[in-house]
Amino acid sequence: MTAFFALLAFDIRLSFRRGADTMVVVGFFVLTVVLFPFAIGNDTALLARIAPGLVWVTALLAAMLALDRLFLADFEDGSLDQLLVSEMPLELTVLAKAAAHWVTTGLPLIVAAPVLALVLNMDRAGLAHLALSLALGTPVLTLIGAIGAALTLGARRGGVLISLLVLPLYIPVLIFGVGVVTAAIDGIDASARIMALGGLLLGALALAPLAAAAALRQAAR
Amino acid sequence: MTDQQPAMGRVDQLIARDIACVRGGRLLFAGLGFSLAPGGVMALTGPNGIGKSSLLAILAGLAPAAAGSVELPTETGRIAYLGHGDGLKPLATVTETLAFWAVVNGPGNAQARRQAIDEAMETFALGPLAALPCGYLSAGQRRRVALGRVVATAAKLWLMDEPATALDGAGARAFDDALAGHVAAGGMAVVATHGPIAVDGIETLEIARFAGAAAGIADPDTWGLGVDQDP
Repeated sequence: MTAFFALLAFDIRLSFRRGADTMVVVGFFVLTVVLFPFAIGNDTALLARIAPGLVWVTALLAAMLALDRLFLADFEDGSLDQLLVSEMPLELTVLAKAAAHWVTTGLPLIVAAPVLALVLNMDRAGLAHLALSLALGTPVLTLIGAIGAALTLGARRGGVLISLLVLPLYIPVLIFGVGVVTAAIDGIDASARIMALGGLLLGALALAPLAAAAALRQAAR
Repeated sequence: MTDQQPAMGRVDQLIARDIACVRGGRLLFAGLGFSLAPGGVMALTGPNGIGKSSLLAILAGLAPAAAGSVELPTETGRIAYLGHGDGLKPLATVTETLAFWAVVNGPGNAQARRQAIDEAMETFALGPLAALPCGYLSAGQRRRVALGRVVATAAKLWLMDEPATALDGAGARAFDDALAGHVAAGGMAVVATHGPIAVDGIETLEIARFAGAAAGIADPDTWGLGVDQDP
């Protein structure tokens, strides 16, 4: 467990020191969302209606931007081999790295999302649920993304390949994520959708480290 | 060197039996076997492409052998593996790097960890570099940090690929001393190398002896490789 938290802290510290990952993800998120009012015009009713889906899709794409960084640096500089022979179970290593990646790229999205939702004139009744749905959903995006990142190690243009691999797998997360927000706005009970999203998170927590670890072992050969 | 005396139950030797390695559809070597007792150092030698790095990867469990088996000593515990890459993060300082690896793959006890890190810093004269990010270091200095990481893990078995790359005279001597100290304390090491290593009692495994000729698995020609040519 000490090793788990050491890896988590080490990765978070280095990522914030570099700063680029967080900046790129949040920058992309903000700029892309702000593009929509320009493209659609000042039809505030229309913007308000599509805001939940729009924020979610953009957040999902932004979360994917930095995925290729998840294992690539370790793979290239030789740290991955050392992590593989170390005593720490590889599944735990994957979980620690994914958690660090989420803290540096997913967490900032959750903070930025409500502000952007207001820019789009989204109904305020959905703001808390937007943050909640992203809090449950973005870790799933990171965990599924970890599988894609591990599978594409060593492939040329791995970043593009990751998108093709993981985007179809993101669809359930998107459906339930947006569903939580629209339910709150429409005044429907959102708890079933929240639980479905939580279920996805638990499933991903259990299965994604296994799959990603297997892919990493394959990549290291 | 190739005698294999598998002790029942507890094993204190590193034993490789009849290992064959296929890379990219070519048989690199076959029937390779050796054993290494505590306090032993094995130098892997041979021309480029003969399979030194592949053998190390097999011993470390990173790659599967096409045939044969590797038996690690029962009480090896941790393995320290140093491949071609230094495995250093440009933005992490030397101190952070050593402390990190000592926690991830080092002694569980905090005091033992502290001691191992101090030993690593002293052995490779890393004190003056301690607060520098690894990205600022020269190739030789980076190598010293990478070697320091191996010492900081206090592992019983060292697997190293060309450890003396980019080291200056003092660095190479420091490495020889570290290796000598490691085996004197009952440690083991397998080192792929082209240069000489000044450690008493070092054994040498010439991988070329097992290339193709000993192929019990397949005729080397069927793998499309002349035995004695570099790929």
